[in-house]
Amino acid sequence: MTRIIKYVFTDILRNKIVLGYTAFLLLISLSVFTLEDNTSKGILSLLNIILIIVPLVSIIFSTTYIYNSAEFIELLVSQPLKRKHIWSSLFTGLAGSLSCSFFIGAGLPILFFAPAAIGLIMTAMGLLLSIIFVAIAMLAAVMTRDKAKGIGISIFLWLYFSLLFDVFILFQFQDYPLEKFMIIASACNPIDLSRILILLKMDISALMGFTGAVFRDFFGTQPGLAIAFLVLGLWVMVTFWLSLRKFNRKDL
Amino acid sequence: MIIASNVSKKFGRLRVLNNISVTCNKGECIALIGPNGSGKTTFIKSILGMVVPDSGFITFNGKNILHDWLYRKHVGYMPQIGRYPDNMTIGQVFNMMKDIRADKTSKATDEWLLEEFGLNQVMSKRMRTLSGGTRQKVSASLAFLFNPDILILDEPTAGLDPLASEKLKEKIILEKSKDKLILITSHILSELDELITHVMYMQEGNLLFHKKLAELQQETGEQKLSKAIAAVMLKK
Repeated sequence: MTRIIKYVFTDILRNKIVLGYTAFLLLISLSVFTLEDNTSKGILSLLNIILIIVPLVSIIFSTTYIYNSAEFIELLVSQPLKRKHIWSSLFTGLAGSLSCSFFIGAGLPILFFAPAAIGLIMTAMGLLLSIIFVAIAMLAAVMTRDKAKGIGISIFLWLYFSLLFDVFILFQFQDYPLEKFMIIASACNPIDLSRILILLKMDISALMGFTGAVFRDFFGTQPGLAIAFLVLGLWVMVTFWLSLRKFNRKDL
Repeated sequence: MIIASNVSKKFGRLRVLNNISVTCNKGECIALIGPNGSGKTTFIKSILGMVVPDSGFITFNGKNILHDWLYRKHVGYMPQIGRYPDNMTIGQVFNMMKDIRADKTSKATDEWLLEEFGLNQVMSKRMRTLSGGTRQKVSASLAFLFNPDILILDEPTAGLDPLASEKLKEKIILEKSKDKLILITSHILSELDELITHVMYMQEGNLLFHKKLAELQQETGEQKLSKAIAAVMLKK
């Protein structure tokens, strides 16, 4: 399996997009921290960029990569290799390289300029979001043979998680006292969950109103935080497991 | 060596394989013949585990191939249209395959075709720049590279120049004498005459017959495979 991961890694590195993505993140995070004299202002600006850009790049790049490796996958499947290993290697290669880019491009500057709890949680969320969206992309790519359709599904999923979900679910019920429901609903969207976890480490969580207080009571505690990380971990595992199951039965 | 029992496969509504049952043994060289779209390639792909049958199963040396992936170590496969990662060079593809299939039990690689086809001189060419014929040469060399016990060749000579085609046939005959199982599909029946021992004929997903070449020749009274098949098709 490590042999396949090696080939996936070299192939991704040969593709300049990941390097460009790293440079782009590095440029943004460095400029944000050097232009703002206040680090928490810098963190806040970075927050939105990370919650939008990281999932978008992860999902689109991974979907296109899987489609473009169709030949490679076909070649490997006819060899004495387990399909499970092929698919896991692709996942490891993609998730590894995208998390690496995030860590170098945004994680290191964040940890350097804001080494407190907020910096740590932000880096952790960025890494987890990268991995979750690689898993979602692989599920989207294995669902359909048509490249255009697959990329369309990925873009839609990204739009759903970063925008539509809030509009359809959260804003619909904001006038009702549904705090428990809100907590469960936010677990259904990894982007929202990461946003809440990061905001709670900032001083501005008081601005989130009554719901903010409920979130603070739940996610602000140690067990709550552990549950949040567990949910994010489940997002990776369940999505990847579904895509793997599909890939095992796929005709090539 | 390979036993398929009641293998069926549908693509959507289309029945591609319909209850195919067949036994292939060592030392046989089988021609898989049939019109376009008769399910030949799908059958080959299900032997390789690239297509998963809806029902029925295939065994290799008594083991169901569905859960036993190591059997592919003994198979050399030459696809109809070889598709390789575009930005790899020929040399990288060969090295990668050697790397993937290398283990302690594997025999020395067989680079005869590689040398005969003159691929050594073009090792640094990228796969995307190759002509269809050169791609076929790469596929053929890869299929024979690891001395497999079973060779599955899907239209091996399509796109090859006459010289390369002769080399490949020479190699197939040589491997046949080593008691291996060889499965060939082709539409050029005249070139199969000197290679094969058995004939499988498929039509619309059904296996119409699977018999020895000699038997077929006797039944139809024709010596040439092309004429014999034509006689069978006329009778149907």
